[in-house]
Amino acid sequence: MNIIVYIKQTFDTEAKIVLDGSGKIDANGVNLIINPYDEFAIEEGIRLKEKFGGEVTVVSIGGARAQEAIRTALAMGADKGVLVTDPALESADEWGIAETLAKAAAKVPCDILITGRIAIDDGASQLGIRLAEILNVPSISSILKLDIEGTHVTAVREIDGGTETIEADLPVILTAQKGLNDPRYPSVAGIMKAKKKPLQTFSLADLGLSAGDLAPKMSVQKYTLPEARQAGRKIPGDAAPAAQELARLLHEEAKIL
Amino acid sequence: MAKGIFIIVEQRNLEIRKVSLELLSQGRKIADQTGDPLVAIILGQGIDGLAATAAASGADKVILVDDAKLADYTTGAYTSVLNKIIRKEEPQAVLMGNTAIGKDLAPRLAQRLGVGLASDCTGMETDAASFLVFKRPIYAGKAFEYLTSNVRPILATVRPNTFALAAPDASRSAEVVKEAADIDAADLRAILKEVAIAASKRPDLTEANIIVSGGRGMKGPENYVILEALADVIGAAVGASRAAVDSGWKEHKFQVGQTGKTVAPTLYIACGISGAIQHLAGMGSSKFIVAINKDPEANIFNVADYGIVGDLFDVVPVLTEEFKKIVK
Repeated sequence: MNIIVYIKQTFDTEAKIVLDGSGKIDANGVNLIINPYDEFAIEEGIRLKEKFGGEVTVVSIGGARAQEAIRTALAMGADKGVLVTDPALESADEWGIAETLAKAAAKVPCDILITGRIAIDDGASQLGIRLAEILNVPSISSILKLDIEGTHVTAVREIDGGTETIEADLPVILTAQKGLNDPRYPSVAGIMKAKKKPLQTFSLADLGLSAGDLAPKMSVQKYTLPEARQAGRKIPGDAAPAAQELARLLHEEAKIL
Repeated sequence: MAKGIFIIVEQRNLEIRKVSLELLSQGRKIADQTGDPLVAIILGQGIDGLAATAAASGADKVILVDDAKLADYTTGAYTSVLNKIIRKEEPQAVLMGNTAIGKDLAPRLAQRLGVGLASDCTGMETDAASFLVFKRPIYAGKAFEYLTSNVRPILATVRPNTFALAAPDASRSAEVVKEAADIDAADLRAILKEVAIAASKRPDLTEANIIVSGGRGMKGPENYVILEALADVIGAAVGASRAAVDSGWKEHKFQVGQTGKTVAPTLYIACGISGAIQHLAGMGSSKFIVAINKDPEANIFNVADYGIVGDLFDVVPVLTEEFKKIVK
């Protein structure tokens, strides 16, 4: 079974967000990690390979630093890496990224493609599903459990207030939700091996695309930061009278209850 | 020329979901500003009765697609039907809730239509040049971006609890149009086998007006009963911090924060939660925050409107009794 895992390098969840002089998100000095939801995708891909054989190819789109994220996935046990990097991709929207990824995926044999259900930076939660539409395959999003027998896929996905079970035949695209598995840490031996694993780099031109092909459908007008919340008041006194006073304030002052 | 603001109305067990009513309320305001008709599209089986609700909530026109194949949501069938209706009707904008269905459907529909998508929006304004500007949180609410669409139709999913519900006006009527469900065979490749909705009398975390949330200070899974007792007095949902979820005390579906759910209730009561930046990102846009924590230096107090420095095991039971007196 040949598996593609799409990963994105994102800011660390600890990162504080600031804007630079031109009003854009400032990436200077920010620690980068693999998008946490993509780690579940990597782990699931490796488990499928361990069970069924085949290869896991990790694909990412980003700048040169994204190589670190791919190397980490290779150290976990993926076999090959593909990085699509091009200055023109910086202004691409979700539609353009999906079109680019579809071209990159076409260069790798693939029965199943897995990615995280959402990237914690842009929070858009679109890429895997858009890609399924371009590649004309079914998608099952936000999965918590996966079983494959032969070419038949059964997945449990999270819905509001519960779960549903979906069946489809390969090829499919899946997006991983937290709970699918527990991602492994790279071993020292894995890190050493990862250095020798192949990592190919493609530009847009290598994929037969030009910047004009990716003219975005959406435009960002501006970025803002949330207004800082003011600390309110601490209610003094012992637990019981403080709780009584809190209930009174919520009822009479805040008028919420 | 594109015309109309379309709301994809989500129903569950033949009841329109609250976020769809919020969108009809806000859509009505925008339609009045732009002069566009407000159109509700409802898919399902046996849905005739929902047209009057959509009309009372502001729709000028209701498109019903009633078919056994649409009784339960599936990505393929819903995309197939909506793609054709939208291509025929050519609306300016198509809006839906950022629910489990919206998150799954909107990207597929956007790609089939060849358009962009503003997902999980928490604000929407009319704009002379671009028709609509969407505000959406990025980095789980640590920043916002304002998006416009360069193409039509404009697609967006909107977070529940973003817009106020207008009071329904039963005297309003709407033109009702029934469309046949035209589903391509290729869109029936993924098959829904089973739906399991957990029996809970509590509201969904993302739609709740009040959330009572517990963190590391809960000390163990057995202690959540005291939060549940508090929640049930005031009709609240129960949430948890990542620390509590990673300790195995609560399932991930209860997690509030950057790698869990982002919520914006009217009231968020944080019990034994320190207030890590990832947690604040997930609940920082709550209208009102209450913190109960033993540690007077806990970061959560920096964002709380009211705080009690104390042991939650002493405070919460008293609070539950006091709330009973207020809400009875």
